[in-house]
Amino acid sequence: MNHDELDATLDSFGDALASATRVTPGNALRPEDIAVDGVAPSDEVAAYALTLGDDSLILAQRLSHWISRGPELEEDIALGNIALDVLGHARSFLTYAGLAMGKTEDDLAYWREEEEFTSLWMVEQPNGHFGVTIVRQLILSIYQHLLYSKLAESADETLAAIAAKAVKEVDYHRDHSIMWTIRLGLGTEESAEKMRHALEILWPYVDEMFLDEEIHRTLPEVAVLPSSLREDWDKEISAVLADAGLEIPATGQAMAHGRRGEHSEHLGYILAEMQVLARKHPGATW
Amino acid sequence: MAPTTPQEPGLNAVPSYEEEQAQARFDALIDKDSRVEPRDWMPAPYRKTLTRQVSQHAHSEIIGMQPEANWITRAPSLKRKSILMAKVQDEAGHGLYLYSAAETLGTPRDELNEQLLTGRAKYSSIFNYPARSWADMGAIGWLVDGAAIANQVPLCRASYGPYGRAMVRICKEESFHQRQGFEILLSLSRGTEAQKKMAQDAVNRFYEPSLMMFGPPDDQSPNSKQSMAWNIKRFSNDELRQRFVGMIAEQVKVLGLTLPDPELRFDEEKKQWIHKDLNWDEFMAVIKGNGPVNAQRLERRREAHREGAWVREAAAAYAAKQAQSEVA
Repeated sequence: MNHDELDATLDSFGDALASATRVTPGNALRPEDIAVDGVAPSDEVAAYALTLGDDSLILAQRLSHWISRGPELEEDIALGNIALDVLGHARSFLTYAGLAMGKTEDDLAYWREEEEFTSLWMVEQPNGHFGVTIVRQLILSIYQHLLYSKLAESADETLAAIAAKAVKEVDYHRDHSIMWTIRLGLGTEESAEKMRHALEILWPYVDEMFLDEEIHRTLPEVAVLPSSLREDWDKEISAVLADAGLEIPATGQAMAHGRRGEHSEHLGYILAEMQVLARKHPGATW
Repeated sequence: MAPTTPQEPGLNAVPSYEEEQAQARFDALIDKDSRVEPRDWMPAPYRKTLTRQVSQHAHSEIIGMQPEANWITRAPSLKRKSILMAKVQDEAGHGLYLYSAAETLGTPRDELNEQLLTGRAKYSSIFNYPARSWADMGAIGWLVDGAAIANQVPLCRASYGPYGRAMVRICKEESFHQRQGFEILLSLSRGTEAQKKMAQDAVNRFYEPSLMMFGPPDDQSPNSKQSMAWNIKRFSNDELRQRFVGMIAEQVKVLGLTLPDPELRFDEEKKQWIHKDLNWDEFMAVIKGNGPVNAQRLERRREAHREGAWVREAAAAYAAKQAQSEVA
């Protein structure tokens, strides 16, 4: 049965082309396009792309847990949308990285071991209550917005193209988390207290986001040096917290080195859940 | 907004001249197969029936997110994960349109939600079966969304305007959902032995519950006649079930799977599909709350509601403060 016939069997009831997931032609650089038309990056560029892909993949995995659990239906949709965007970024970065290794996005997501992942501790942190997720998202969306804005100027055309698309989406994620930070910071005494607590438990993983590693230094034209984002990030998040009646907490900083494969205790559980089905069926296609 | 027709007995039981005129206008609209809009007068039983049907439909979308959300974090490829996330998100969107349509009939969303959380409102009983394997994502898309589409396409012409219009958009997305379910099953049935077995097992479990989604046989469906007279429902339960069975009986061949129904055949003489007797006792038991996961589904909704209370309170408090400072 060819594709048109299959369409006809399934289309007996309506317009199958309409959906939120429909790809807008000529707009997106999809992982499928990168897989088919992409030029394989150098090993170093691939290793850098992998770090970006891993952050997004683990964050998307975390965020997707909110779908059907949000404080209101609108948030199920909003957090689901953010998770979907972030997963899209992960798929593009991983597909591109994989071209250098002869691997697919799924090989990289499902068949690497924990120590081979390069995600930051911040993305691995548990969702907690809604306020914890919002603060984590505030921290990360401001970070990713600065990062992708710079990466869009990268000498590597594929990374630049992925970042140029991602930055538009992250802009919305940032708006969403800023609005909620302000609402919850200024809402009730209970919500303000919950936000202060969320800041305290997440802040120890902030410094790691700005650590320059060997991989960044070897790719001066391609990679964004994390430390170069710090000043703008500090400024931006301080302004949001001030608007929300909140402060940067006085916490220490954890010795976190996710980029080197040294992860929080959470990652093992995240991967166990994410990989379980794929690993039960080696070689299967889905 | 309260229903506009008095329901208490006594003097009000005798319709006034104005009410008789309004009833005549309503009857004429229905006769012309035209649309009733929120500001039009409508008989109280029409309003009540629609509120019940539209809100049950909304609740079904919301509870129906759970079996699929159960597999988002374990989806076996990133592409499948992303499609599944988009699908479950569509369902939240459908719930929102439908709650909005129900609100135009006069009952606020909070109250409808309360009816769901307290167990007074019903939702599609098929979501009270667990999603045990990845193949269930295929079977739910193909059979459950397929049955939903068969039910819902005629509802696009429902006499109540906001409901009919919401259904047009919902049906478009449901059609995509059914295709993705079919495609999951197709990939599994063309895959390894274990994958094919998983697919067949899922079809076996969802076949009968999906046929029961159309409701009891016509001779045992007391409300259907009135709904059809009001142009809410266009085809009877059995007519819709026939249409659905005919469709899946063909599609299952493409899948290379079988339906768990040795009696299934098309009777040329009667021009209808014959299928096995459905277990209506089980259906009633599930509706009454005794399905495998009724308790779990409701508790999950209550938990989300309970744990989100402080967030909603804070948002309301913030909005009130903002409104105040604008006035000041």
